[in-house]
Amino acid sequence: MNATDLVVRKVKKRRPANSILNALPWIGPAIALILFVVVWPAIELIKISMTEISSAGTLDGFNGLENFRKLFENPDLRTVAIRTIFWVFSVVLLTVLLSLPLAQLINQSFPGRKFVRWAMIVPWAASVVMTSIIWKWILELTSGEFNLTLQQLGLQDQPVDWLRDPRYSMYVLIWVAVFVSIPFTTFVILAGLQSIPNDIVEAAQVDGAGPWQIYRGIKFPLLRNALLIATIINLINVFNSFPIIWALTRGGPGYNTDTTITFAYKMAFVEYNMGPSTALGVINFAFIMAIVLIYLRVTKATRDQA
Amino acid sequence: MRTLTRKKLMREKFVFTPKKAATMISAYMIGLFFIYPYIIMLLTSLKPHGELYSSPTKRLPVSWQFDNYLDVWSKAPIGNFLRASIVVSICATALVLLVSVPAAYYVARHRFKGRAAFLLLVLATQMFSPTALIIGIFREVKFFGGLDTWPALIIVNAGFNLAFAVWLLSGFFSSVPVEIEEAAMVDGCTKFSALRRIVLPITLPGLVTAVIFTFVSTWNEFTVALTIMSSPQRQPISTGITTFVGQYDVAWEYLFATTAIAIIPVVILFISIEKYLVGGLTAGSVK
Repeated sequence: MNATDLVVRKVKKRRPANSILNALPWIGPAIALILFVVVWPAIELIKISMTEISSAGTLDGFNGLENFRKLFENPDLRTVAIRTIFWVFSVVLLTVLLSLPLAQLINQSFPGRKFVRWAMIVPWAASVVMTSIIWKWILELTSGEFNLTLQQLGLQDQPVDWLRDPRYSMYVLIWVAVFVSIPFTTFVILAGLQSIPNDIVEAAQVDGAGPWQIYRGIKFPLLRNALLIATIINLINVFNSFPIIWALTRGGPGYNTDTTITFAYKMAFVEYNMGPSTALGVINFAFIMAIVLIYLRVTKATRDQA
Repeated sequence: MRTLTRKKLMREKFVFTPKKAATMISAYMIGLFFIYPYIIMLLTSLKPHGELYSSPTKRLPVSWQFDNYLDVWSKAPIGNFLRASIVVSICATALVLLVSVPAAYYVARHRFKGRAAFLLLVLATQMFSPTALIIGIFREVKFFGGLDTWPALIIVNAGFNLAFAVWLLSGFFSSVPVEIEEAAMVDGCTKFSALRRIVLPITLPGLVTAVIFTFVSTWNEFTVALTIMSSPQRQPISTGITTFVGQYDVAWEYLFATTAIAIIPVVILFISIEKYLVGGLTAGSVK
């Protein structure tokens, strides 16, 4: 702040230009919408997790941590929780590992590159439920393409019921989740690759670096930010990924493919076991909050530059 | 310097080498892989019902049943589903624009107390999906008597898509030089008319991207619609298609004709904004 600023401010005594009151007419509606649609349900969820609630949804007073106690008494919770961790980490890890070479590939120049990129956008644009239902059909026991192909290649004697056989169903879900997560991830990494200045790469070439050395020593370190963002966004998306599981197995057979998200949903809207469901909802919410906080920290540096 | 220029010139002309050929072939196969399920969808949608479970399974339809695309309209209330999806998606998009344009513009142009907090709030909501909050959303909607209504679906979708639009648009607005606006205001424009007449036309690609992204993501939204919508007359297509599933004999050919009708337009829309998608989704942290 310099002297002229002070003078100006003294003359216009009424309201400093940087007051939030000036901003409110412009940003107020956005704040109102966020409070109404995002913050209200969050507070409501936390509130009823500490309230006695009937299966019909009527509230009956504060009950402390009773809902959480009931939740932790549920014999299936442990396996579901462990499976959720396995699900999130395996999907995100596979997605990122596969997206790295794919981004590298569609960053090369070759005729028809545009069409390959367009093809890769399709699973991203298409509804996840619909894509999952198509995979369900492909993996059908008797009429699915997948068993047919395996049989024609002589890799299989008896058709496998991929979605109902508890030995395989979880892996099928992971497969579909990786399939729908790769396009976004690849495009984020591609954007990272495109931001690497050409002269750095050319300078390394002049110095005699090979393609692998350039990738490891220059491109990969510069992709760090893109990778970090892609990983965090995927962590949240995969954790939240309700439609894939719902469309393919409904978490079944039994609770065999449930994650904490579908488990909470089933308790609330299928079994009408509201109390423990809201408790699990709060835990899910806390997990996402934690990742969001990490995300906000990671992106802070970039935002400060803006 | 000269060699570098020559190198650049050569790069523009495509030179066919075995390595390039390998790149091309693997890229085409990967492209094909990502549209493979959708090819199956189209092929299945053109089979007569009797061929679905024929043994041995045939990959291509024996008799191509293009009539499926006509018959499907009378097999399920597809017209209703599509109308619901169109109305809800358009209204949610309009609401997002109405709310995000002023906010994004002000944030791009002014420093004010609370600006950082506001941006943080927006960024945090971008990371949330309705899924984890679904019980809270259900109870709030019920509290306002909004169960099974379009306005509820519209407002919830708008709320969760607002963040993308604010981030993307504020990036676009910041890139417009202030001088252009100042000149307009000297010529007698108010701040609002300068925004409307000068800034918005320049930032049209950003607006189009925000519109398409919100439209498509509302179109595809599943969990909220599944939870708060119940009657077939008001259900959107994303949950409406489940009408075909869960019966003993799934009408896969009609199911896939419907998903094809629902998927193809939004894929085209999404492809048209390819360039700007990543920037908006990663809140400008990758560029």
